[in-house]
Amino acid sequence: MKANRFWSWAFLALGVLYFALPLIGTFEFSMKMRRGVYSLDAYWAVLADPRFQATFTYSVMMALATIVVGVLLVVPTAYWVRLKLPGWRPYLEFVTLLPLVIPPIVIVFGYIRLYNTSSWLPLTGTALGTNILLMFGYVVLSLPYMYRAVDTGLRAIDVRTLTEAAESLGAGWLTIMWRVILPNVLVAVLSGAFLTFAIVIGEFVLAALLNRPAFGPYLQLIGANRAYEPAALAVIAFAITWGCMALIQVVSRFAPRAPTQPH
Amino acid sequence: MTDASAAALPAPPPARRARISFAWVGIVPFLAFAVLFLIMPTLHIVTGAFRNPAGEFTLVNIANLFQPSIIAAYWISIRISVASAFLGCLIGFMLAWAVVLGGLPGWVRSPLLTFSGVASNFAGVPLAFAFLATFGRLGLVTLILRDWFGINLYGMGFNILSFGGLTLTYLFFQIPLMVLIVTPALDGMRREWREAASILGATSFQYWRMVALPILWPTLLGTFALLFANSFGAVATAYALTGSSLSIVPILLFAQIRGDVLQDPHLGYALAFGMIVITGIANFVYIWLRARSERWVK
Amino acid sequence: MSDQFLSIRQVRKAFGPTVVVQEFNLDVKQGEFVSFLGPSGCGKTTMLRIVAGFEEPSVGQVFIGGKDVTRLKPNQRNIGMVFQAYALFPNMTVAGNIGFGLKVAGKPAAEIRSRVAEMLELIKLPDFGNRYPYQLSGGQQQRVALARAMAPRPQVLLLDEPLSALDAKVRVSLREEIRTIQKELGITTVFVTHDQEEALSMSDRIVVMYDGRAEQVGTPFEIYNRPATRFVAGFVGTLNVIEGTIADPAAGVVTIAGGEISVGNRVAGRKAGEALSLALRPEAIALGRREGRDGLVTGTIREVSFLGSVIRVRVDMGGALVSLDTFNSPASPPPVAGERAEISFSSSDMLILDR
Repeated sequence: MKANRFWSWAFLALGVLYFALPLIGTFEFSMKMRRGVYSLDAYWAVLADPRFQATFTYSVMMALATIVVGVLLVVPTAYWVRLKLPGWRPYLEFVTLLPLVIPPIVIVFGYIRLYNTSSWLPLTGTALGTNILLMFGYVVLSLPYMYRAVDTGLRAIDVRTLTEAAESLGAGWLTIMWRVILPNVLVAVLSGAFLTFAIVIGEFVLAALLNRPAFGPYLQLIGANRAYEPAALAVIAFAITWGCMALIQVVSRFAPRAPTQPH
Repeated sequence: MTDASAAALPAPPPARRARISFAWVGIVPFLAFAVLFLIMPTLHIVTGAFRNPAGEFTLVNIANLFQPSIIAAYWISIRISVASAFLGCLIGFMLAWAVVLGGLPGWVRSPLLTFSGVASNFAGVPLAFAFLATFGRLGLVTLILRDWFGINLYGMGFNILSFGGLTLTYLFFQIPLMVLIVTPALDGMRREWREAASILGATSFQYWRMVALPILWPTLLGTFALLFANSFGAVATAYALTGSSLSIVPILLFAQIRGDVLQDPHLGYALAFGMIVITGIANFVYIWLRARSERWVK
Repeated sequence: MSDQFLSIRQVRKAFGPTVVVQEFNLDVKQGEFVSFLGPSGCGKTTMLRIVAGFEEPSVGQVFIGGKDVTRLKPNQRNIGMVFQAYALFPNMTVAGNIGFGLKVAGKPAAEIRSRVAEMLELIKLPDFGNRYPYQLSGGQQQRVALARAMAPRPQVLLLDEPLSALDAKVRVSLREEIRTIQKELGITTVFVTHDQEEALSMSDRIVVMYDGRAEQVGTPFEIYNRPATRFVAGFVGTLNVIEGTIADPAAGVVTIAGGEISVGNRVAGRKAGEALSLALRPEAIALGRREGRDGLVTGTIREVSFLGSVIRVRVDMGGALVSLDTFNSPASPPPVAGERAEISFSSSDMLILDR
């Protein structure tokens, strides 16, 4: 046990070193813009850049739209499958896990070919259409996380009993969804939402290939042309990711406990 | 389970038939979405790989993949993915082991898991920046090693824009992903199994070989396949790190789609098809091995 | 010492400032079946885990077959153990589980096969060798766990609440089966339980534990009929405690509920007027007068519960509620709540609780 503990500390120390170094390195580098002293110049330069503001706003809006559409798509489906179509669950789960297997670049390549200006659904023909296509792409990317979060949340509550109780009280379908199911899986939905936010905000491939002015391509552009600003942006991006995860932690404190799984 | 009670619910035949015929309508929006924005785009690529511009069936595109530069790109992609998935699994497993079973104090666990959640999602362009700022030519670690220890990393052949550099970078999200997946699996290892093995005379090594690893095997395999696909399809980090200077498949495809390099879209289909085939094989192998090793689960 | 096969000497175990086992001494004879009985948190499981080697005692020693095993690891002790929640290896078949101990000991495959078959025969699951644990019921899993523990021919068998995860019917049948197998193989066994019925029905001797100590060690008969302490009396079986006052110590007269009873010389030497607690098992009390019973008190029936073969009646005796059991006989109508009734008992059945 003593030897075990020594090795545990050794692994942990190595792990901490590996994960801390890039963060410290980036932070240190981001403050070296002014020669000889540490300063926050790189941050001011980034924040003052109108393109930063524009692309960041764009990506935030994109993330919010993705979350809304994702929730509207996933929550009723997961609920319905649990309630009425339990036999379909494995297939749906399989579909929602596909985006982890099919590289995003392949999916977006398909979009470009399938929904171009000369196709039956020329989404890429207009800016609005491309935005919608990009947002759908993000919904696809977030599907594995969103579906899992919601399905786990639904498992923690007894969907059938809740529904039947609500029905016996005369509630309609929309009321059940909005007043009964959603509040009960809210924590799960929020967890999925924050994760989605973290994924979408810095996403590069889809936005770059669909040619939208999102934060990811802006990051790449700055990285190719500047020295210190990228480090500052990396720190900011890390802070945003951290914030999203912290929010997940905070909201999951309020989660209903899942029934213990039999072994 | 609620599901079981659904099936057991007694219902008169006519009502039951009516329910079945309409229940599937509830998931039509989702299915339509999945078909339109996940299945069809992918199938379009797959079928495109076997067609010429005139739309006729051909194997030329696939055959065109077998040129040295593309083979080399696939090869380095596979190597990076295997290396980063394997090391990610190994190191992530050790970290999770240290926290769950290695006798570390309880307060270590929660920060490690939270951090893993953050780091596993800290990918893409910013991650490349972070590693450039740390292991690049003017990075913190490079400079410290040079100025304090007299070690010239780049003189020793290290380059962040290489197989080793990219693997090192990818580990930053691969390890935490493994930690996140394997920690609950290790939690599921019941203390009684270990104790039962021990009292039956097994050594620690025998316990791991005969009980613990076989039980964890499906999780380990699945995570390996996931990590493999995760790094195989990663574009942003590599692109921001290396530009187009390191020819891995996703970057080749990226350049292809952008129209930077080649103008043959059907070669692009074939490239993408190749990616699907490889991640598909990885997952098929996983499912096959899992089915073999999980006879003991319902 | 010679026929003491398993000896526990002066064992004390503390986790930090919490003492969970103290001054524990016990000698178990070869082939004996001893139960540790007590409420949860009394230290019985910790004591068992010390014997198994999962915990090291802070002070004291454990001997098996005359050999000090206190510092040996579990895998060096040659002990068999059955856990509460089955703990079968889910990745192995029944045969794999039973053969595990022999396999890690490096026994040849043929020997393992024949021993596994023998064990499957013993637990009456001869055709289950190729099943996986998830395909078995709880009772079957626990029988396999027993076979797994016995297969390497351990010197001592430890059973850690092996029946508590099972449902009532299976529990009773399995408890008889365990006892039969144990007698058949003559293996020294320590059984941990919080269920007094299990302990009473299975054991050669019982150790009643409370707060880390052995309160009493004795045969089931002794434990039930002559509890040494108030805790033992209260924990094992149902007990009516009646507060009384000593009227005449020399004559052994005690006042309870307005009546007087004689307890012989058992209060000799104590002061008159001193309060004391008297205890009676429900089955020692009868409704109505009975031949040869010297205790007779009148009370009011408050509650009648039908328990199947017996009827439990609660009688109010001057403020104290006393439970008693009468046999259910279809011929005679059950007592009715609210009626006045006389109850009788033998004062020699009455326990005097001092501490």
